[in-house]
Amino acid sequence: MANRRIWGFFAAPGMVWLGLFFVVAFYAVISVGLGNINTLYQPIPHWNPLDWNVGYLIQAIESVIPGGQNWPVVVRTVIYITAAIIGALLIGYPVAYYASRHAGRWRGLVVVLLILPFWISYIMRMFAWTNLLAPDGYGSKFLSALSIDSLFSSLGLLDGTDWLGGQGITVVIALIYGYVPFFILPLFASLDRIDQRVIEAARDLGAPPPSSFWRVILPMSKPGILAGLVLVALPMAGDYYTQTLMSGSPSTSMIGNTINDYIQGGPDKSLGAAMTILLSVVLLFFMLYYLRTLRREQGEVAA
Amino acid sequence: MSSAPTEQAATTQQAKSPRFSLGNPWSKPRWLTGITWVYILWSLLPVLLAIRVAFNEGRSRTAIDGWSLKWFFGDNSFSVFGDPALQDALTHSLLLAGLAMLIATPLGIMLAIGLQRWRGRGSGPANVVALLPLVTPELVFAVGLFLLFTTLLSTIGLGTTAQVIGHVTFSMSFVVVIVRGRLVTVGPDVEEAAADLGAPPLAVIWRVLLPLLAPAIAASVLIVFALSIDDFVVSQYLASGADTATVPMRIYAQARAAPLPSLNALATLMLLFTLLALVLAYVVFRFMTRGEKRGSAIEQIASIDSGGGR
Repeated sequence: MANRRIWGFFAAPGMVWLGLFFVVAFYAVISVGLGNINTLYQPIPHWNPLDWNVGYLIQAIESVIPGGQNWPVVVRTVIYITAAIIGALLIGYPVAYYASRHAGRWRGLVVVLLILPFWISYIMRMFAWTNLLAPDGYGSKFLSALSIDSLFSSLGLLDGTDWLGGQGITVVIALIYGYVPFFILPLFASLDRIDQRVIEAARDLGAPPPSSFWRVILPMSKPGILAGLVLVALPMAGDYYTQTLMSGSPSTSMIGNTINDYIQGGPDKSLGAAMTILLSVVLLFFMLYYLRTLRREQGEVAA
Repeated sequence: MSSAPTEQAATTQQAKSPRFSLGNPWSKPRWLTGITWVYILWSLLPVLLAIRVAFNEGRSRTAIDGWSLKWFFGDNSFSVFGDPALQDALTHSLLLAGLAMLIATPLGIMLAIGLQRWRGRGSGPANVVALLPLVTPELVFAVGLFLLFTTLLSTIGLGTTAQVIGHVTFSMSFVVVIVRGRLVTVGPDVEEAAADLGAPPLAVIWRVLLPLLAPAIAASVLIVFALSIDDFVVSQYLASGADTATVPMRIYAQARAAPLPSLNALATLMLLFTLLALVLAYVVFRFMTRGEKRGSAIEQIASIDSGGGR
């Protein structure tokens, strides 16, 4: 058809926009990270790849390997994110499973309530906890009434009784609280797509409920689990605000805080840009993995 | 999506064979019900308490303390409408959301239509670029825009314009996902019929395609609004000073500093705007798609958001 070309024309304004403000913006990170600084410590980007200066990138790499200045932060970030996604899985899977298979006539309500946190500003949800976990807040009182604070202290997870006083455990729980809704919804969607007849078949062939779960439902929901975990791990890797609101102490800072401090704080914007490049390289694999599942799902819908 | 037949199957199953009631895989495990409702309570109660505190009579932000609207409308300089800083934050958030909505929606719609139909060299990478903002950690995205506006585009510089551009950039991908979903549902048949009957391409788009896309367009407009209102990282990185602070930025800056319920009141107003936009999106979408074979509109809107941390 003659009007085939019109579709490319349609996409053009949006593509130009994304080209400039997404692709070129990322190129600016590379140019600054591989650039130089002037005498006022302001970054001088090197736009031409032939002029690239790898000094800051090497400095950034040296800071994140064992023995480097940011190595403890990297380790802590990995521990926090791992703990948080395990927590998200343990909480999120049963909830998504219930919502998709057992909610019955409550299903509509349950789904709405699961979506709600999604649309409440993340900052507001964290802010709510800063009220609750203040020493005289309801959350602190509740936790101490149940002796949960002394339990955590005896496990070595809590230092003192101030939940907002630089506690790693608070940051991890806050990350779970913040991101678990983003895990539940895609998982819900993928559990919902499992054909009921497959489970009926398992049962008809004599599988007791536990084994039809472990051998049919769980394997079938594995792609949903992986995609959901990647989906929540990615923003956690760039999160700095949860840490600042829930602890604020350097002893709990994550890699996002390091980058944020370099870029917004001091004279180290070039180093911050180099760190951003490193982070992106590490995360790129996960981002593309998620996009692939997303597009596969869209393909299924289309088919 | 079709839960109704499933439930029927479950009930007939239970009715027919009571001896299976112990091991019936369709029976509701109580502990799952328990976990789910405890989770829902945990996820929403803190926010509800924060809202309740906004209506306090007293100054406490950690305890319920009487009822009043003074932290919203009080004539003291600490209420949302008495404190210029809080009021400016609210106006600025609404301004950014309004502008983002006006720019991101048309761009996103055209991009979605274009990408859906455009088959040829470059369409593969174009698809990836259109979706990549959904999965890019917001920090990386914000650092990129920050460095862009402080170096190459320093004529624009930081401030309101940069913030609007940032919001448009990340919300456009959501519009693309929503509109493409609708394009898939609608299918090419009606358009082809119009073309066969002699309608020129632009008339097909204007008089056939756009009306069919209307529900998705309405939903997009309101979802861009909600995303923009809730955004924190991009707004913060591209802000140029106190007069470009948004509501989430105010909350972030003062959450652990100035303990007055007016901050809760501000957060409550922001939440109100977001939820209004979403309810409106849902109602409009439902209204416009009435009579169509329906997957649950809630679930359709639910499946839209795949970004995190906003």
